[in-house]
Amino acid sequence: MINLQLPIQEDAIRELKVGDEVLISGTMITARDAAHKYLIEEKPDFIRPFLENSLIYHCGPVVKKTDDEWSFVAAGPTTSIREEPYEGKVIDDYKVRGVIGKGGMGDKTLAALHDHGAVYLHAIGGLASYLAKTVKSVQDVFMLEEFGVPEAMWVIEVEEFPAVVTMDSHNFSLHNRIKDHSASVAQKLIHPVS
Amino acid sequence: MAVEVNEQALEDQLYQLIVNASTDLPPDVVSALESARRREPEGTPAKNVFGMLLQNVDLARKEHTPICQDTGTNIYYVDYPSGTSTRQLQRIIEKATERATANSILRPNSVDPVTGKNTGNNIGADHPYTHFEESENDELVFHLMLKGGGCENVSTQYKLPDSSLEAGRDLNGVYKTVVDAVQKAQGLGCAPGVIGVGIGGDRATSHLTAKKQLFRKIEDKNSNPELANMETRLYKDLNSLGIGPMGFGGKTTVLGVKIGAANRVPASYFVSIAYMCWADRRHSLTVKNGEVIYD
Repeated sequence: MINLQLPIQEDAIRELKVGDEVLISGTMITARDAAHKYLIEEKPDFIRPFLENSLIYHCGPVVKKTDDEWSFVAAGPTTSIREEPYEGKVIDDYKVRGVIGKGGMGDKTLAALHDHGAVYLHAIGGLASYLAKTVKSVQDVFMLEEFGVPEAMWVIEVEEFPAVVTMDSHNFSLHNRIKDHSASVAQKLIHPVS
Repeated sequence: MAVEVNEQALEDQLYQLIVNASTDLPPDVVSALESARRREPEGTPAKNVFGMLLQNVDLARKEHTPICQDTGTNIYYVDYPSGTSTRQLQRIIEKATERATANSILRPNSVDPVTGKNTGNNIGADHPYTHFEESENDELVFHLMLKGGGCENVSTQYKLPDSSLEAGRDLNGVYKTVVDAVQKAQGLGCAPGVIGVGIGGDRATSHLTAKKQLFRKIEDKNSNPELANMETRLYKDLNSLGIGPMGFGGKTTVLGVKIGAANRVPASYFVSIAYMCWADRRHSLTVKNGEVIYD
């Protein structure tokens, strides 16, 4: 198990390899579909300090407001591939050191991870109550009114958030390997040699 | 005979049904996950994933928090006795839904596709989704499933014959489409999933047939022997794909396969595949002669 403390620098990210299991601590920000479109189309400058040398978490949480404080009740990852059209550009433009999500991403993101020194961290889908417990505080929220709860950008402080490196900065993707293997098994099942 | 509906009591019971569905994974699914965990070798990401999933299930049950933050499309199948107002039942379901949303049991998950606005309370066109069926019995039965977007996005439909799969209009053709769909889904539907298959029907009823299969328990055996054999064969072969939990690689890619059939017209042969994530959240509520049963 490798501990990752945010903010994090390029050299620490370059050391990570596919298959590494990590525990993440520090401040990061959630962003999903509406936020990615917004980051690319509107290029908001105020958000830059929250992204630089930190991580984006693909997550639309269940939250609770008690008095004036927000807390996370359930917060597993959402499917990352929907952000494929944007993610490479977001990593480049905002100097993000990685994304956390589920399901993996495509070749454009893999290339951006390589070129800019970033990593894809796979969180466990459906681990919502468990992961919400690792969120120690909600520090801020942006675009809540415009995007709604799931799509807003939540600035959160996490402690020992578990994830697995499935795409690294050296062009390796666990997802490509599993896809190739399962495709060859499926091929034999679908087209058996008689 | 119509049963008398006590609105406040039923709203409370439906609220409890939503809490059960969101926070308490059914025992048959838990035991399927436990068996899957035992099959994986020590020290692999797959073993660790199953261990954490089970911890999460325990935590959600103890703290009454959602198992998954994507509390999904809320799908209700309601059996009601003759004479009961379905509009009244719909209204009560909506009240319970609003309350569950306000109490963070459900995420505000209903978005107007034209304006892009989230309604904030899970009420909107076809939300929650309800299907009412008149029954012979003097009881009200509510079956509820919370179906997340990730697994819904990998659900799909085929039209046979399919030349690329060399799939004809028979059960062997059906088999090939299911293998193809699960391979293409990889870990994206939050594997290991439960696979509902609908054979026949039209475009819409084929999907409906597939989705209805997901209400069957994992151990349920198909009453049609041919379909029962196909369920067993697919279960075994899909688990040889090696996709594993989350697509990390492993021995369990699916927890179960359930197949149903609806008659088709001669020109059409659809196969629909409804993928349900490992967080297979389905529960029921029966109200009969003042007695209330949750399952």
